[in-house]
Amino acid sequence: MRYSRTSKILGIAAIVALSLSACGGGGDDKSTAGGGDASRVIIADGSEPQNPLIPTNTNEVGGGAVLDLIFAGLISYDADGKPQNEVAESIETKDSQNYTIKLKADQKFTNGDPVTASSFVDAWNYGAAAKNAQLSSYFFESIEGYDEAAAEGSKVDKMSGLKVVDDNTFTVKLKQPESDFPLRLGYSAFFPMPAEALKDPKKYGEHPVGNGPYKFDGKDAWQHQQQIKLVPNEGYEGPRKAQNAGVTFKIYQNDTTAYQDLISDNLDVLKTIPTSDIKNFKNDLGDRSIESPYAGNQTIAIPYYLDNWKGEAGKLRRQALSMAINRDEITKVIFNGGRTPAKEFTAPVLDGYSDSIPGSENLAYNPEKAKELWKKADSIEPYDKSEKLTIAYNADKGDHKTWVEAVVNNIKNNLGIEVSGKPYATFKEVRTDATEQKLTGAVRAGWQADYPSLANFLGPIYTTGAGSNDAVYANKKFDAAINKGLSAETVEEGNKAMNEAQEMLLSDLPAIPLWYQVAQGGWSTQVTNVEFGWNGVPLYYAITGK
Amino acid sequence: MPENTKNMPTVRGAKISKYPIEHFVADPEDTPIQATDSAVSTEAPVSLWLEAWRNLRTQPLFLISAFLILAVIFVALFPGLFTNEQPNAQCMLANSDGGPAPGHPLGFTQQGCDILARVMYGTQSSLTIGLFATLSIVVFGGTIGAVSGFFGGWVDAVLARLGDIFFALPLILGAIVVVQIPFFRENRNVWTIVLILAAFGWPQIARITRAAVIEVRDADFVIAARSLGVSRTGALVRHVIPNSLAPVIVIATISLGVFIVAESTLSYLGIGLPPDVMSWGNDIFSAKSSLRSNPMALFWPALALSLTVLSFIMLGDALQDALDPKARKR
Amino acid sequence: MARFLLRRFLQLIPVFLGATLLIYFLVFSLPGDATAAICGEKGCTPAVEAALREQYNLDQPFWVQYFLYLKGIFTFDLGTNFAGQPITDILARVFPTTARLAIMALVFEAVFGIVIGLIAGLKKGKLFDSTVLVFSLVVIAVPIFVLGFLMQFVVGVKLEWANPTVSGDATFTELILPALVLGLVSFAYVLRLTRTAVIENSGADYVRTATAKGLSSRRVVMVHVLRNSMIPVVTFLGADLGALMGGAIVTEGIFNVNGVGNTLYRAVLNGEAPVVVSIVTVLIVVFVLANLLVDLLYAWLDPRIRYA
Repeated sequence: MRYSRTSKILGIAAIVALSLSACGGGGDDKSTAGGGDASRVIIADGSEPQNPLIPTNTNEVGGGAVLDLIFAGLISYDADGKPQNEVAESIETKDSQNYTIKLKADQKFTNGDPVTASSFVDAWNYGAAAKNAQLSSYFFESIEGYDEAAAEGSKVDKMSGLKVVDDNTFTVKLKQPESDFPLRLGYSAFFPMPAEALKDPKKYGEHPVGNGPYKFDGKDAWQHQQQIKLVPNEGYEGPRKAQNAGVTFKIYQNDTTAYQDLISDNLDVLKTIPTSDIKNFKNDLGDRSIESPYAGNQTIAIPYYLDNWKGEAGKLRRQALSMAINRDEITKVIFNGGRTPAKEFTAPVLDGYSDSIPGSENLAYNPEKAKELWKKADSIEPYDKSEKLTIAYNADKGDHKTWVEAVVNNIKNNLGIEVSGKPYATFKEVRTDATEQKLTGAVRAGWQADYPSLANFLGPIYTTGAGSNDAVYANKKFDAAINKGLSAETVEEGNKAMNEAQEMLLSDLPAIPLWYQVAQGGWSTQVTNVEFGWNGVPLYYAITGK
Repeated sequence: MPENTKNMPTVRGAKISKYPIEHFVADPEDTPIQATDSAVSTEAPVSLWLEAWRNLRTQPLFLISAFLILAVIFVALFPGLFTNEQPNAQCMLANSDGGPAPGHPLGFTQQGCDILARVMYGTQSSLTIGLFATLSIVVFGGTIGAVSGFFGGWVDAVLARLGDIFFALPLILGAIVVVQIPFFRENRNVWTIVLILAAFGWPQIARITRAAVIEVRDADFVIAARSLGVSRTGALVRHVIPNSLAPVIVIATISLGVFIVAESTLSYLGIGLPPDVMSWGNDIFSAKSSLRSNPMALFWPALALSLTVLSFIMLGDALQDALDPKARKR
Repeated sequence: MARFLLRRFLQLIPVFLGATLLIYFLVFSLPGDATAAICGEKGCTPAVEAALREQYNLDQPFWVQYFLYLKGIFTFDLGTNFAGQPITDILARVFPTTARLAIMALVFEAVFGIVIGLIAGLKKGKLFDSTVLVFSLVVIAVPIFVLGFLMQFVVGVKLEWANPTVSGDATFTELILPALVLGLVSFAYVLRLTRTAVIENSGADYVRTATAKGLSSRRVVMVHVLRNSMIPVVTFLGADLGALMGGAIVTEGIFNVNGVGNTLYRAVLNGEAPVVVSIVTVLIVVFVLANLLVDLLYAWLDPRIRYA
């Protein structure tokens, strides 16, 4: 049961080659519409990147926001999460297993090197090879030859599925047909890298050179723990052309501090309003604030290795627990409307989302039925009171205490059982307990999309043996339903298969979905044209001065 | 130090100084020098404490502080007498951040819990933490500091450097390691917090005690006692320590409050009391997330904490006065 | 005197070894796998975790890790943190800022604490004394994360007297507000220590002698009362310098100061032993030197105290 990452992630037959190449270059109609002062340098809140800024080695938001601006991948996503071509001229396939990718001609990195097929192939090979220890290596797992390169201790540094045809063309062979493969290509792990990067990755990670709408502002652009200064890349000709004179990420240690800077006009854009100011920010900012749903959710996973929560009785108790939580009230009172009660396991901004999947009534507040189900479970298998229910969360990042407490009170009041929050001092401690299956109760879970697809919310979390399957849910039928989604030929069919798989989740409840994330952000009196993307990150390139 | 003070002229009233001076210098006639000098030697070892106690029980400052402290202890033991709510009362989100209502004179927290009930029921944990953490550092740190200052030499070197090491250890690092020791991992309670705070708090009081002991160890009365045949340890216990207590009392009384607050900082770092244990620290930490919309949720536990600290500071003041024969009469 | 100093400097060696060993061991026994911290929310594959363990020597037993670190110190290579930045760079970045902040806070608490404590002690029981007591109660009872936030909100946002946060340069003026907040609790200690000592000393024989000699009351207060009241205060301040430098986690967080406290805090959370040990080692040197200075001051403040 060591967590294997073998590909079950596959997914919906999303947008295939033709539609991709068809909408290339579109989607920048919004950015010019608002007008505004293009000479302003935008100051945005950021967090210190956790790793050197190498695309294949960055898997967190702080570094991700910077990489997305200084790189252009084969495709990018517009505000709604629809893919649009960037460097790709076309991505073609006949069988969803063999892809031919053609690049636009004359694309350049900011150091003058051309962006060629090998810029992609070499970067991906670098990212996949185990010896390079790149955090995002599993994103390449669908590609043929990944297993050899990524095996522990492997010296292989090339994947057999990648072939350079000429300067502007390369082919990708997957292990099996996966129709949503093109949709993933906008994620940072798939960005190209110039040859210099692979020669000295350490040095490159401090001064990354990309091909995106922005570039590092000289040698001292990145002052650690203070700021990262980006200026527009004049050579960039894509859909995300900079509408301002640069973006400076000011690095904050916490949101509360950043918020003080925002309301005193020392910061232009803040992407997360701190929980302590959720009740005030609309007053403080007026129309300079936004609430924009994005592809992320919050859940609590309950491991199946706990005696109270397995089998038929466990299933009934899970349902009872879920019905005892008043999601409407919590999102209204604690988050001031800044979250939306969950109806299923993905997120509403995704293509294929449905709020009326059979079983979604298990997520509706119903204290009477909850008590009834709890009693029924007790008649099958009495509840072991010595195993007190706890909800684990980490105290070092993100403010989880407030909502966990509200959920705990809900359960206590409605089911009359003993339950409490269980703070861990560090994030790594929770993760280690979860992966080693040593949790003594439920654990706060949740997912932020890497790329906009239903499959991204289901495969990595609920399929047997998947990397983030904290509940240790194992259901062959569910696995099969997800696999069916892979081989589907149209978007609709793929989404339908995914939602059928969700019916099983809604009845079994390996995790209890709570709510969908909504980006609550604000901006200063100095800027305008602020819009948030499908992933809750502001579209920095479109922001202008007033 | 003047050798003979008996014939010291009275300067009071003499126009030597421009400013009146009575507010900081004791009148010689108020100072029982004669009494001290003519003390009966057989009574000497106990008389300081006994006299202090005789003096203490007539002091209004002491009486007030003792009354307050007893009151706080009473609340800690019988919180149910001061609120109609049950300790496991339901917190309803519908009442979130609500103001005072019938039966709920202090209003509600963000989670919709009755503030009065939480402050009353939180007294026990907070008082236990404050009292016992303080007691531990005074006993442990005080002993180390006194020994280190009085004996000096290599004893001092070893103990003082040990203190340096402990003082430099980040509290958070030590605390995280302590709470994961299997014994504490599954039953984290007030005693875990007491242990953490004491383990990392003692070097400070040790240094202060050491300094105070160094200050008096060579004083005439100590040398006198030694020449009368009192052993070194005896001199330390009977003469040096009682005369070095003033700064120790100050540090102890303030630390009492600081420890109660520190528990909330530990909660902030995820290593405090479990969230279902009621304490002022937990309440103060929770109140932070609704600080601007509901400041009262912070005010009441902080007020309870202030009153507790105030009563101990007053007790400390009274004790100092009682122990200092010269300041006593003023 | 020279021998006394030499001995104190030699004592640094066992302190250094003991402290690094103890701290390295504590970090080593932190719960959770350090690679989980590196991999973050989304995790990474077992193969990548294994490669990371090898890269940071996390797969080695405790003694090997510790000796590798010691070896690094003697070759002036402290290694890198998990983000790949050299630890020497980190130290050079955070210590100057924090030293400025801590010294400002120390000066603030010393000056205000001693002056107000002196006046309160001379006017024992009067209105001023009681007002000061109430104020120090507020400082003690309200945690720094609330007080700091309030001061930032009022001074920085509402009154706009200063920027609410500190920039990368951390200039003198920017650090005034954070230094005030940082020094508040210690200010309460200094104030009450001074007050108590002043009360104790103003009744002492030598003070009456001094007055009897006909000295002005100002001189009596400044030279005789105050100087003799300084030993506990100086002791406290000496020990506090290190605490202000290493323990300013909350204050630095509120004002976004890029300093020692937060760097240390993050390194502990991530289990980055070399970073933690390096920072704490510098802190210990600060402690030992500050305490040495304090011990020397004792002799100056009170000639009865001698050092052999």
